[in-house]
Amino acid sequence: MAKILIPTPLRQFTGGADIIEASGASVGEVLAALTTAHPDLKKNLYNDEGKLRSFVNIYVNDEDIRYLSKEATSIAAGDTVSIIPSIAGGR
Amino acid sequence: MATTLSNEEIQRFSRHLILPEVGMEGQIKLKDAKVLLVGTGGLGAPLGLYLAAAGIGTIGLVDFDVVDVSNLQRQVIHGTKDIGRPKIDSAADRMMDINPHLKIVKHEVPLTSENAKEIVEQYDMVADGTDNFPTRYLVNDVCVLTNKPNIYGSIFRFEGQASVFATEDGPCYRCLYPEPPPPGLVPSCAEGGVLGILPGTIGLIQATEVVKLILGVGQSLKGRLMLYDALNMKFRELKLRRNPECPSGKCSVVKELIDYQQFCGIPEAPPAPPPSTGEIDSPDVKKMIDAKEDFILLDVREPHEYQIAKIPTSILIPLGQLPARLSELPKDANIVCQCKSGVRSAKAVDILKQNGYTNVRNMKGGILGWSDKVDPTVPKY
Repeated sequence: MAKILIPTPLRQFTGGADIIEASGASVGEVLAALTTAHPDLKKNLYNDEGKLRSFVNIYVNDEDIRYLSKEATSIAAGDTVSIIPSIAGGR
Repeated sequence: MATTLSNEEIQRFSRHLILPEVGMEGQIKLKDAKVLLVGTGGLGAPLGLYLAAAGIGTIGLVDFDVVDVSNLQRQVIHGTKDIGRPKIDSAADRMMDINPHLKIVKHEVPLTSENAKEIVEQYDMVADGTDNFPTRYLVNDVCVLTNKPNIYGSIFRFEGQASVFATEDGPCYRCLYPEPPPPGLVPSCAEGGVLGILPGTIGLIQATEVVKLILGVGQSLKGRLMLYDALNMKFRELKLRRNPECPSGKCSVVKELIDYQQFCGIPEAPPAPPPSTGEIDSPDVKKMIDAKEDFILLDVREPHEYQIAKIPTSILIPLGQLPARLSELPKDANIVCQCKSGVRSAKAVDILKQNGYTNVRNMKGGILGWSDKVDPTVPKY
């Protein structure tokens, strides 16, 4: 079971929830469980080819999965998965 | 000639001078420093105020906007008396009032691929207080190409990010996000709203990093992405790595400045308006209401917007809920969709048409247009 931290821009697709628990042995499985429970998230996380969008970064604890094993990165009980989309506001 | 501090400056900066980490040497470093602030808005306001107060010698300002009353909720460098003035003048006046020893250089232009290098080259580092993806990639790329650190901050609603990019051996914005999101997928502060205090917190993190970099003290945010969640009052940090394909001091991605509007998928010309057959002017909608015509005025904004201002006969189904709530709308109904300015309601019209509704129109200009053309007592927000 991993804890997924949902960023503000995506909370509209999780009914406002900022933390969601999901099970899975890898990042890919955990995110699949998440998007099954909240299907509207899918198009915001994945492109039409089913690949993670390049302006959405996924971290396991404090490490970027691009520098681990990407979506195959294994998840241990108690890990925190963070979804960090790019934001541009400043004014 | 070596920089010195006058007696007035020594008094002014005495709390810095008695800090061993700053001292006379550090204060002179600050006075010798040249920092460019891109934007004098939410992030630029605290940056400008505190960097002026800290004794930075030269601050360049890039902005071409004018002060609007809706800015004052967060852009604390401007005041009510400044409404309608160029932000760059209003910010400069306030900063000079704080520290008259400061030299301000005004660049009252949009930062573009054509002028960015020439402007940035005059400074030691850049603090990014912009509000859109094209300018953020431009600021990053010009910093990479000119070897100037990019002190980054970004905000959305209750959340902020900060880091230091484009140092000689550190990661840059493109290492974090290689590509921008397509237009429309990530709302701006104007669309999504922002807690007024939030840019204060993030802008001051940026200001802290600027001062530390100049002084050469402490550990900078280089290689770390600081995340701030104001609602839960949590700071977190994530590791940020340099793209492994970029050797130290050399970026393999940024070769030259490009067309950033195009890079961010924003067409040069304004997007084509929806077909005119599907549009209706707000005064014509008013006539339909007055004539008690049988139609549904469908407001697709969010409930909290509906509380600010609404057209009395409208019903509310937020755009995001529309696909799931189609059963509330008879297929043969005469429907006019409406939002704040007409963009979301055009999407609603598309959704309805794709689902077999034929008699659907978009009210041009949304409730802002309604306030202009029909009922000025309806507030604009």
